[in-house]
Amino acid sequence: MAKFDETPIVKDPAVNGVLSAPKLREHASAEVRCHPSKPKDTAAIDLPTERVPDWQERAVAKLGELLEKNKALRVYMDICVRCGACTDKCPFFLGTGDPQNFPVARAELMRKVYRRYFTPAGLFPDLGEAADFDEEMLQKWYTYFYQCSECRRCSVFCPYGIDTAEITIAAREIMASIGVATKYVTEVVAKVYSTGNNLGIPPAGWKDNCEFLESDVKEETGLSVRFPVDEKGAEVLLVPPSADNFANTDTMIGYGKLFHFLGVSWTTSTYCNEAGNFGLFLNFANLKKVNRRILDAARDLGVKTIIWGECGHAWRAGIYTPTLNGPMDDFEPPYPYHISQYIVDMLHKGAFEGHIDKSANDEYLVTYHDPCQSARAGYLIEEPREIIRAVCNRFVEMPDGTIRQKTFCCGAGNGLLTDEIMPIRMAGGKPRAMAVKHTGANYLATVCAICKAQLPESMHYWDVPVKVGGVIDLLARAIKM
Amino acid sequence: MPLLDLAGTQVEVDEDGFIQDPASWSEMLAAALAKMEDVENLTEDHWKVIKYLRTYYQQFGIAPMVRKLCKETGYDLKAIYELFPSGPAKGACKIAGLPKPTGCV
Repeated sequence: MAKFDETPIVKDPAVNGVLSAPKLREHASAEVRCHPSKPKDTAAIDLPTERVPDWQERAVAKLGELLEKNKALRVYMDICVRCGACTDKCPFFLGTGDPQNFPVARAELMRKVYRRYFTPAGLFPDLGEAADFDEEMLQKWYTYFYQCSECRRCSVFCPYGIDTAEITIAAREIMASIGVATKYVTEVVAKVYSTGNNLGIPPAGWKDNCEFLESDVKEETGLSVRFPVDEKGAEVLLVPPSADNFANTDTMIGYGKLFHFLGVSWTTSTYCNEAGNFGLFLNFANLKKVNRRILDAARDLGVKTIIWGECGHAWRAGIYTPTLNGPMDDFEPPYPYHISQYIVDMLHKGAFEGHIDKSANDEYLVTYHDPCQSARAGYLIEEPREIIRAVCNRFVEMPDGTIRQKTFCCGAGNGLLTDEIMPIRMAGGKPRAMAVKHTGANYLATVCAICKAQLPESMHYWDVPVKVGGVIDLLARAIKM
Repeated sequence: MPLLDLAGTQVEVDEDGFIQDPASWSEMLAAALAKMEDVENLTEDHWKVIKYLRTYYQQFGIAPMVRKLCKETGYDLKAIYELFPSGPAKGACKIAGLPKPTGCV
């Protein structure tokens, strides 16, 4: 793989407080594109199985519909003054140097179409402010709106408060409506409907994983920690990202140990064992439908509380739950409830008093990566830090410009965690990798399954020797039962 | 779907080289797929992992969790990566004829 290493990101804002724009590399990432969707997947998720014949008219009509429905989108189309404050804030621009990855340039791809069909500028095509939604434009949309991880770092720096992610979201919605989407995202959404989760783990496989973890924990610790499945009447429904019960098993064990220690009855659901919502990466109808499954599972099992696991996009979609699918007042407040919030509430109640051995984590110098979706979109900023401080002696922050509201995307959020665009993932992951390197930490904690899949690869690629893991993993190590 | 000439037969694969029909898998095909994953020779250690993956997949319709794969085969993750440089989910699953695990992995 060609390294995107001509761009001097090392001097980027984020790391040394010195802003140095990367060298511009026109079209550097123009050829890096996601695989297109397959008919078997799009058919399963109510999208056209191929590009519709009248795609241009339908795309423009869809844009018109979105402009009506989402007034913010129309404002974002109109108010940008192209000041450029966003240009060097995007990890994908910083990593690739491709000026088409300036957030403003990406958004211009839609603004030109907007001006062409919805403003008087469309009457003067020669001025270059407006452009047809033609084949060339569609291809640019498909390439560059899938090189944006909707992380919204650019929005933090926009003096007008333009949320560029909303523009990417609208572009993907329009493309989906005419039958243009990526294989990765559509395949994952289809798997949720057929199996209950993104990974496609059927119920028997899920139960087998849970039974295996029970015997494994018993063997290692002697504890009879349970990983219950489909248990009606449990107090808590835990909705984890399915990756926790597949790859990030230390996080899954963390949930089990936590509930075991607290003596709280809990369960997972084989109807909905997925917190992550890839509908968010595709279109509104699927966002809503995937989200609905959580409420249906919780009501079917009769739980009192739903707790969202360590998953960034899950939390962004999760906080919309009442807006998307109606009131949750048949559950015990607070809701929606994140596992990190739950742990902090338990800490404040004194539930762990005398039962935490911080030295269990002394081998780690821990730093914390704010997932863009849980931190910037979901306000979950202090809770993970409070947990880490409560269970670890050694914690170090990355530089100010790279954390909390200003965090950098891992490089693979919102539908980019797919191998065919690995150069984009590694380029987009560079600012985060450099900030981690700056700390010298050997444990990179985070609360997102996509980050947990991407970061080991990007840290390895940029030569940052660090173990990546969950926050609850650290808690589980420190709890004395 | 692209067709790939593997071990003398035309096999349908996806863009990432994963075979589309698990029933078309054979040991000969595995050896051909291995070359694509920088595994020159399939040793007894490789076969142990491959056979475990296939048996598990036939029973559950999904690859086993990584932790279970390590425990049941006796190879830790490092050893699995030494056997299959592109890892358990990509390299090992591809050679064993399983679909590519996708999602947040």
